[in-house]
Parts: sequence; C-alpha cells; structure tokens
Amino acid sequence: MSTANTPLRRFWAEFRENKVALVALVVVALMILLAVFASVVSPQNPYDLANLSLMDSRRPPGFVGSGGYTHILGTDPQGRDLLSAIFYGLRISIQIGLAAGFVSLTIGTTLGILAAYVGGRIEALIMRLVDLQLSFPAILLALVIVALLGQGKAQLIGALVVAQYAYFARTAYGAAKAERGKDYVEAALATPLSTRLVVMRHLLPNCMPPLIVVATVQIANSISLEATLSFLGLGLPVTEPSLGMLISNGFPYMMSGRYWISVYPGVALIILIVGINLVGDQVRDQFNPRLRK
Amino acid sequence: MSVFLNIDNVSRLFGPNLSTGEKIAAKLGGNVETRAVRAVSEVSLTVRRGETLGLVGESGCGKSTLGRLIAGILPPTSGSILLDGTPVMVDGRKVTTRVQTVFQDPFASLDPRMKVGDTVSEGPIAHGLTTKSDAQGYVANWFERVGLDPVWVDRYPHQFSGGQRQRVAIARALAMQPDVLICDEPVASLDVSIQAQIINLFLELTCDLDLTCVFISHDLSLIRHVSDRVAVMYLGRIVELGPVDQVFAASAHPYTAALFGSVPKLVLDADELVHFDTIEGEVPSPLSPPPGCYYHPRCPCATDICATTQPETQTVSELRAVACHHFKAVLADKDPDLTSASTSVSAR
Repeated sequence: MSTANTPLRRFWAEFRENKVALVALVVVALMILLAVFASVVSPQNPYDLANLSLMDSRRPPGFVGSGGYTHILGTDPQGRDLLSAIFYGLRISIQIGLAAGFVSLTIGTTLGILAAYVGGRIEALIMRLVDLQLSFPAILLALVIVALLGQGKAQLIGALVVAQYAYFARTAYGAAKAERGKDYVEAALATPLSTRLVVMRHLLPNCMPPLIVVATVQIANSISLEATLSFLGLGLPVTEPSLGMLISNGFPYMMSGRYWISVYPGVALIILIVGINLVGDQVRDQFNPRLRK
Repeated sequence: MSVFLNIDNVSRLFGPNLSTGEKIAAKLGGNVETRAVRAVSEVSLTVRRGETLGLVGESGCGKSTLGRLIAGILPPTSGSILLDGTPVMVDGRKVTTRVQTVFQDPFASLDPRMKVGDTVSEGPIAHGLTTKSDAQGYVANWFERVGLDPVWVDRYPHQFSGGQRQRVAIARALAMQPDVLICDEPVASLDVSIQAQIINLFLELTCDLDLTCVFISHDLSLIRHVSDRVAVMYLGRIVELGPVDQVFAASAHPYTAALFGSVPKLVLDADELVHFDTIEGEVPSPLSPPPGCYYHPRCPCATDICATTQPETQTVSELRAVACHHFKAVLADKDPDLTSASTSVSAR
C-alpha cells in the first residue's frame, strides 16, 4: 500500500507495465524535447531566409552544403536543411496540437458540465448544437473556418478548437451526467456546499479520466488536422513551414526521385501521431475498468 | 419538551422527466407515462429535541425520500419542514447546516478522488466552523471521535473497509456540528459484525452530542434498538406512529403487525416451529395507488369502508397515532406472539 498511496502513483505503476506504451511515451517526450530545443539542436535556422541558399536546394541526404555542414536528411526546394526544418516543424505542430487540444478541452468541458449540471433548456440547446456539429466531418469544418479567418497560428488554433470542442463537450456531458447522480455529489450538496465548490472539487475531478483519454486522442488529431490543412496550403505562412507544408513542398518531386523532401517529414509526423495514440490507448485502457486484468 | 423538527403536511411527487419530443408525443396521444409518483404523501411529523425517531417500512415506501426531504437534499412539492422554527430549504436550496446526513452506501457517498481528511474538512471550512490552517486539528478531533486513526487523513476512500468508510461519512456529517442527523440506512450495506460497531458508535455520539436523530431503516430490530419513537410508512404515508416499545408491544395498524410477523427470529422458543407470516400480495404501484386505505388490498382486517375512504390519522393514546379504520379491533385482539419481535442485532 505504501508504494501506491496516490491514484497518480498507482496509475504510473500500471502504465509502466505496458512496454510498448512506455516506449511510445519516451519517443513522444523525446520529440517534444527536440521541438522545444529546436533552435539549439538544429544545424540551421530554417525560418531565417538569409541562412538559406538556393544553391543547396533539393540536395540528397548526406550533402555538404554551402554552410559547411552535412545535410543529414537532405534539403528542400528552398534550400532548407530538412532535419532543421523537421525540428522546427515539429515545434509548430506540437504547439498547435497542444494549444488546440487544451483550449477545446476547456471550452468543451465547461459546456458539457454546464449542460449536465443545469439541465433543462440550456442542456437541450448545448447538446443539440454539439450533435449537429458532430454530424459534420471535422476537417470540413476546419477548412471552412480557416478559409474564413485567414492564415496564422491563432486562426488555425481557432479553427481546430471549433472543429474539436464538441468531442470534449459530449464526453464531459456523459461523465458529468453519470457523476451528478452519485451519492457523493448529493452529500456535498447536502452539506450544503456552493455549486462552484461542488462542480470544481467533486464533479470536475471525477469527470477527468475520460476527458484525459479524449484529450490525448484529440491532440494527435489536431496535429494531423493541422498537417492536412497545411498540406492543402491553408495553414501557416510559407516562410514557416510546419510538417504538413514540408510534405506538401516535396510532393511535386516525389516522382523525380527526390523522395526525402516529403518522406522524412512524413515519417516524423507518423512517429509523433502513432506515439501519442499508443500512449492514449494505454491511458484509455487503464481508465476502463472492464479492460483491467 | 417542545417541537424541534416540524414536518407539516409534506408531499413529494416525482414526475416523469419528459423530453420535448416526449411532451409532444404525449399531447398527440402517444403512449407516454405522464403520471407522477407520489413518493411521500401528506406526511406530518414532529420530532422533539434529543429524540431519535425511527422511520421504517418496505422498499419503495418513501422512507428514504422523506429522509432526503428533511435533510434538505430534495425540496418538498408541498408542505413545510421547519427546524427550530426556520425552514430547511428556501427556493430549492438548503439554507441550514444544522441538518446533516449519513448515507446508506459509504462506497458511493465519499468522493473517490478526495482524501478523506479533505472530505471531512471541506464543509466546516466552507461554513467557517474552522479555518484552513486549523483544519488538520479539527479533522483529527472528529476522526478520533468516530474511532479512526487521525494519521489516515491523507488516505483515499478505496483504502478503507466499509465500516471505516462509514465512520468517515459519520465524521463528515458530525464535523458540521449539526443538531439533527439523518441516518439513511447507515448500516444496511455493512457486514453484520460491523453493523453493531457502527450502531454503538451512533448511540454513543447521539447521546454525547445531544443530537436529534431520524433513523431510517427497514430493519425492525435495529429500529427498536436505537429509536425512542417509530413511524411506520406504507406507500408514502405514515400509517402508525408511537413510542417504540408501545408500538412493538401492541401495534395498532394491521400493516405494522404484519411487518413484525414477517421478521425472522434468531432465538426460537423451545418447541417453536420456524414460520413467517408473509404479507399477502404485492405493494401496489405508487403510480396508481388503490382508492381508500392504501393497504386494504393486502389487509386481513379490511372491510367495505377501507376500500372507499382514506383513514384519518387518529390518536390512540397521548403519544400514539394510527391511520386505520379498525385500529381498536386490531389492538383488542392482539396476539401476543406477533408482537414479540426479536432483536437479532443487539449490540453490547
């Protein structure tokens, strides 16, 4: 009992048992570190146009460019070092994924719990809106909003939030509705404690497990949505390529043997998304008592 | 002693929670249940200070709902509940901390994600009975009073046994320094061996803290053990009310008598055969209670008047009341065997 006296510690002890998820977690953590320290670990700043030389464009992996260092993964059509561009691209992808994930988590959870707690007309209004929105594909909604709002990080995050908050609202609503009827909530209300205290200290913490699961999945989804939008040319400015745009940049050269421009950013994106999803799967399994051994 | 808790003509209806679609369907003549369940029906009760009132009845008779009405968890549909002259709830919100509740299931009534110490201290902190900095000592004091080791305050509910959890729940209720404690089947989900400990704890604490107590249970022997007076409920109504020893010695309502008759005995007389007098028939649906006396379809003493006229609550003696047309006859031919309900859970 002494080694497992908090829910968090028990959670971690169980998480460690799944080696695949553990490796995925390490990989994701590593990628986040690379993204955070992109400016330190990258041989080149790919966003500084003065650093780029068109003479170095579309060079294969291992080419020693005008900067005097080896382009380990080759260069892209603008002469950027691909490895550096991937690190910086990861930074953008993770930034946007996390920001969109947390903002949608906050908004969606607030709406979901509000609907479940207040009930009546507000409940009907919020939940029908959510239902309506879930009937559209998220990518379609995000496309329309980005097209309306224009380019930029904030606009992109806004579009992703609008496309994704509904998943959180739905999950939070279901969880809060179930928890609302339990004795401990009734006991808190019978003390009596204020609505704010009951929601913040009792309802919300008990609704968190399913929301954390949705959050991990939705962060991965945000990242791939952002990559999709960028690939379609609707994301960020061309001077600051994210992973999606790097893939898009290399796409015309795929058939001419210059595979690396698209493939390496693609591999980075896949590793990141698969990593997050593996971690998310394990978290989901641990929160689902029916899957427990 | 004067009236402390006054429950005056209280009713609680549970209407079906219809969605908009169902409401439309009901208007168009669809097969939608629109009737309300009368869980508690025109109940009037008074409890004196320091008294323990037992509330007893079958499952679904409304005893828990009545408890929740008194506790201020549910607002009554009509009628008033006054504690020391002031209402427990105003506009659907509980406005007093003087009534606290101990729930039936300690596995459900404690927040699984909160340390038990915080569960006990949050109410008193929110209501200024202690401060954040003094909370530790305050909680430790209540932990000791309910027989828990104060070093356990940092544990989570899942690390406790059922009996320990119920002690935490009792500490939570008492830490609010209530005058009235509502105990909603507080031992029904516990092992028999633990039940006795918890009951003893209750008796000790209600005595020490001079608590007024409403004790809800379906266990007759338990009610007999803990209460001063007992109220017997059937289908949302109180059918008999009186001092516990008098009601147990000679019940005035046929339903009470039948309840006593159906209790299994732990100790049999030398040549006694095991025999339970079960109550004939089913409890009628509270959606459509029978006309007249609610008990008449199952009552052995029922006559024509029972099927047509709702019996008024009548005074049997100074402290006793009963809602039966034939209570005099019931009392007159009391079979002494029926009244000697055993005490299966006798603590100490």
